[in-house]
Amino acid sequence: MAELLFWPALFFYGEAAVGYLGEARSPGRAGRFATWGVRLGWLAQTALLAAQAARGDGFPWGTWASSLDLFVWLVVSAYLIWGCKARYRLLGLVVMPLAVALLVTARAGGGTGVGAASQYSTLFLVLHVGLVLAAFAGFTLAAGLSGLYVWQERRLKSSPVTILRRQIPPLATLDSLALRTVAWSVPLLTLGIAVGLARLVSRDDGMDALVVATVVTWVVWCSYLGLRLLGGWGGRRAAYLALVGFILVVVVRVAIPGSHFG
Amino acid sequence: MIRLVLVGTSHHHAPVELRERVALEREAARELAAQLAEGGREVVCLSTCNRTELYIAADDAETAERDAVAALAALEPEVEPALYRLQDRAAVLHLFRVAAGLDSLVPGEGEILGQVRVAHELGTTGVFLDRVFRQALHAGRKVRAQTAIGESPASVSSAAAALAEQVFGSLDGCSILLLGAGKMSEQASRNLRSRGASIALVANSKTPREEIETALATVDVVIASTNAPGLVLDAEAVARASQGRRGRQLLLVDLAVPRDLDPAIRGLDGCYLYDIDDLEQIVAETLSGRRREAERAESLVAAEAEKFHEWHASLDVVPAIASLRAKAEEIRMAELRKADSLLGRLDDSQRKAVESVTSQIVNKLLHLPTVRMKQAAAAADGVTYAEAVRHLFGLGEDER
Repeated sequence: MAELLFWPALFFYGEAAVGYLGEARSPGRAGRFATWGVRLGWLAQTALLAAQAARGDGFPWGTWASSLDLFVWLVVSAYLIWGCKARYRLLGLVVMPLAVALLVTARAGGGTGVGAASQYSTLFLVLHVGLVLAAFAGFTLAAGLSGLYVWQERRLKSSPVTILRRQIPPLATLDSLALRTVAWSVPLLTLGIAVGLARLVSRDDGMDALVVATVVTWVVWCSYLGLRLLGGWGGRRAAYLALVGFILVVVVRVAIPGSHFG
Repeated sequence: MIRLVLVGTSHHHAPVELRERVALEREAARELAAQLAEGGREVVCLSTCNRTELYIAADDAETAERDAVAALAALEPEVEPALYRLQDRAAVLHLFRVAAGLDSLVPGEGEILGQVRVAHELGTTGVFLDRVFRQALHAGRKVRAQTAIGESPASVSSAAAALAEQVFGSLDGCSILLLGAGKMSEQASRNLRSRGASIALVANSKTPREEIETALATVDVVIASTNAPGLVLDAEAVARASQGRRGRQLLLVDLAVPRDLDPAIRGLDGCYLYDIDDLEQIVAETLSGRRREAERAESLVAAEAEKFHEWHASLDVVPAIASLRAKAEEIRMAELRKADSLLGRLDDSQRKAVESVTSQIVNKLLHLPTVRMKQAAAAADGVTYAEAVRHLFGLGEDER
């Protein structure tokens, strides 16, 4: 029964994605509808996760598909912090289609049903999976902000006559918000990886592709932080690096099969 | 019945060389209003660079209009063919549109609202004109609050400031390098300073090159408006300065013709260059956006004007309603006095209860007729209803 909550969540997220498309073409009402779509979809997905948690034995998002479900929720939650402001609506154009695609993928992988019992302890899963997913959600948002930066920067460079028509956050704001988001996310990922590695060593397990890819992702985002804080990077270069980092997040979350907790 | 008369001229009807001859300073506008107000009329003179208008509230509209035309013709006889004359509803709607900036050269410009307020303060007003102008100011504020008509920049200098906000967000702490100190760059820098930016350096032809390049490494906005025949700042100089900027954005606004800033700067990372053509095109586009918003504003203004007409129409029935209520109260009190011998046996609380009940009966009986009379007044039947009520209840017969 709880699985039925997937459909309203998908519907409202889909409505929001279409709404943001409309907002990009003609700012105004479509954007407001889209924001409500995000809110209602988030509520439906929150209820779905609550139902999963209530029925599951421990932490029910240990599998690849179910963790994708949780990841979508974290991304949308992070977006909701800013997405309600008119100036940040267009960020939804990046975030919401991604949320829809990942939610459908999670559904196809059986991740929106009742969570299966895991051989791992709940505390370990919360610390490892929870922290890594929260960090990835932050990186996704930072990449969205960077994408918006690149787009707005191109508009400012080409000086179109409609430059003042759309409500888009200022370049400096996008730049600093992306930095702040990454600055919060990198420690979370560091901690999540550390917990995972500690477990790996204690069980004397070997590294798999997901571990390697996650460590590479961590290196890239640490480099982003280092180059920005110490190397004086900013603006377009930093935005492109964030987009590269996001590709790695996609690889880790989606492209590499989830035998990690098998 | 009090009437509203408007006589005036504006940029729609008269060129600047004619308008300037009937434009009045504040004191002169106040004196003219006071002069026309002799004989118990209410008068407001609204005089700006785009219009001079006289608003007169009087019982005799024809005489008021004649006097207003004569007063303006006395300032400049040639203005008479360029005068428009509006009365009552049309005059009210015109004032509301003016206050909302819908009749301005640049739709939605905000300065007019302050000018209408000042004209109101300087005028010789009574209940009627006071109400008209207060509601016009309310309509103007409502339009600015509920539409985006005044949000987009309407001039090159404000467009430059809006672009700076697109790049930097808040301009608090932003610094400006002014190359040349022409009128346009002064306006642009004033606009930026009003939003929190500060001037780091004003450079002219005598300023050492090194000083300009040093400033270039630290400032956020460059505004160029010199009379130099060639480029004042080339891309190489900006690229050199950018090395020390650690990725910080630099907005460059070139208001000069011929241009002061190398167009190749546009290709540099973190540099955003706008010349006078770019800015003028942006302004033209935002003005068309203002015109779109003006359609929404028109309906808001029309609704506010309608509210005023309802109030004005209700004035027809107010005396009749007041007389009716006074008569009812008089009857109630007389009947209570007649019953005084019986009521005298009651204690204070019982007596108060009787007073309250009789008062409520009167109020409830008169509530519906009062509402209906006001509704009839709004539908232009107010006078007929008022006469009928006077006749049916014998209002005013005692005086006769």
